[in-house]
Amino acid sequence: MFDFNLIIKSLPMLLEASVWTVVYSLTSVAIGFCIGTLMCAAGLSASRLGRGISAFYVSFFRGVPLLVQLLISYYCLPLIGVNVPSSVAAVGTLALCTGAYLAEILRGGFLGISPGLIEAARMVGLSRRQILTRIEVPLAVRLTLPALVNETTMMVKASSLISVVGVLELTRLAQNIATSTFQPLEIYLTAGAIYFVINGAITLLGQLAESRFRLETAR
Amino acid sequence: MTADNATNSRPIIDVRGVWKRFGTAEVLKGIDLAIRKSEVTCIIGPSGSGKSTLLRCIAFLEEYSEGEIYIEGELLGFALEGGKRRRVSDAEVARVRRNVGFVFQQFNLWPHMTALENVAMPLKLARGIAREDAEKRARRMLEKVGLGHRAGAYPSQLSGGQQQRVGIARALAMEPHIMLFDEPTSALDPELVGEVLQVMRDLAAEGMTMAVVTHEMGFAAQVADTVVFIDHGVIAASGSPQQVFRKDENPRLRQFLQNYFERNVFWQGGEDAAS
Ligand SMILES: Nc1ncnc2c1ncn2[C@@H]1O[C@H](COP(=O)(O)OP(=O)(O)O)[C@@H](O)[C@H]1O
Ligand SMILES: [Mg+2]
Repeated sequence: MFDFNLIIKSLPMLLEASVWTVVYSLTSVAIGFCIGTLMCAAGLSASRLGRGISAFYVSFFRGVPLLVQLLISYYCLPLIGVNVPSSVAAVGTLALCTGAYLAEILRGGFLGISPGLIEAARMVGLSRRQILTRIEVPLAVRLTLPALVNETTMMVKASSLISVVGVLELTRLAQNIATSTFQPLEIYLTAGAIYFVINGAITLLGQLAESRFRLETAR
Repeated sequence: MTADNATNSRPIIDVRGVWKRFGTAEVLKGIDLAIRKSEVTCIIGPSGSGKSTLLRCIAFLEEYSEGEIYIEGELLGFALEGGKRRRVSDAEVARVRRNVGFVFQQFNLWPHMTALENVAMPLKLARGIAREDAEKRARRMLEKVGLGHRAGAYPSQLSGGQQQRVGIARALAMEPHIMLFDEPTSALDPELVGEVLQVMRDLAAEGMTMAVVTHEMGFAAQVADTVVFIDHGVIAASGSPQQVFRKDENPRLRQFLQNYFERNVFWQGGEDAAS
């Protein structure tokens, strides 16, 4: 009935595909973090244009389903002459999408930073950019770490959607094996377990970072 | 007076007719103030009178609405063009105030950096000093404020007095020509005030130019060359400590000092100590 042999046989392939899942999702979170930071800084800046761009960006990427965004980039980029591999387009779309959520998460962190800390940095001559990278981002990350970790695990799961635009990753491979063997139960259970382990590892890393940061505030 | 002294008599800070408005609220109403090299100026006055605002305008943490502030001869924050003033770039502001150090009431140490990193990081980033040299200088500054042994501690692991001394070390490391202090001891428990005031006394004795907003009248009386009393956004009295504390007849100043002494002198001995 339940075919353990199939699991053992397909596990190496599934693990290899899950490496791509990790690569795609973490790359998009890393790029999305940079986008999110810039959008967040623009949203809190004095510049009207900056705030407008930031607001539009966030509302678009949060308001449109990720699946639709992926389909738009898959079908529309070639139409406007942008020919990139579908994996690149997919990671780019994931990054833009998570960037919008990260911008909103980081906004709370930025607002939680006492203005005096920024003034102190200005008084010792740090540039705007140095203040952003050395003071604001590290502090905002500390203030919002649980939400950032949560968003990262969401992106690991959301990366399964890029299978619809033909990018090979864990879900896509699982589908391929399931349709060729007609044994979806074993395969999807295994794939699910792998997602679970990946996100468990990310959560653990987050907790390690949190306890490292706690040392700074320990009395 | 040597020739050297004569050139030094140009004020390091020259505040001329400065007004500051927040919306319709007029907080500074025509402040004139000159601070010369190696002078200690203490700024006193009731809460809400505009002391912090004045100091923050001198540091350009606030943009003043009218008037001029010169730092070592250079106009701060603005360029004059055909009688109109134009705001200059942040980089230009930073250049003009590079020799101004600021010490905050709330210390404002960066909580994710150790005491050493708080002092060394600006040296590396803003002054481009190599890591080793920056840390060496930072260590020397921490030793100067008596905290060499706490270099590796995070701000949260330090007492308020220690944090404020790190704040002073951070400002001093940039080798400022003038130090601005905004109520540096007001956030401290009473028993920690002394250690911070001692560091400031030592600085004054070394010849550092200082402007200090304070409620520590003893410090002002002993250390200040000039005491400035601000009331409702104007300088209502100024002069030597002797003139301001003993002779000045300004009724608002007398009232202010009266309140201060009533709050602080809780017991008077049988004999008159002053006689
Ligand atoms: N950013 C601001 N916006 C509006 N009003 C302000 C601001 N900063 C200070 N004020 C007002 O200016 C006045 C003077 O404040 P401040 O300079 O802090 O006084 P002090 O330091 O003498 O206690 C107060 O009435 C205060 O409410
Ligand atoms: Mg004040």
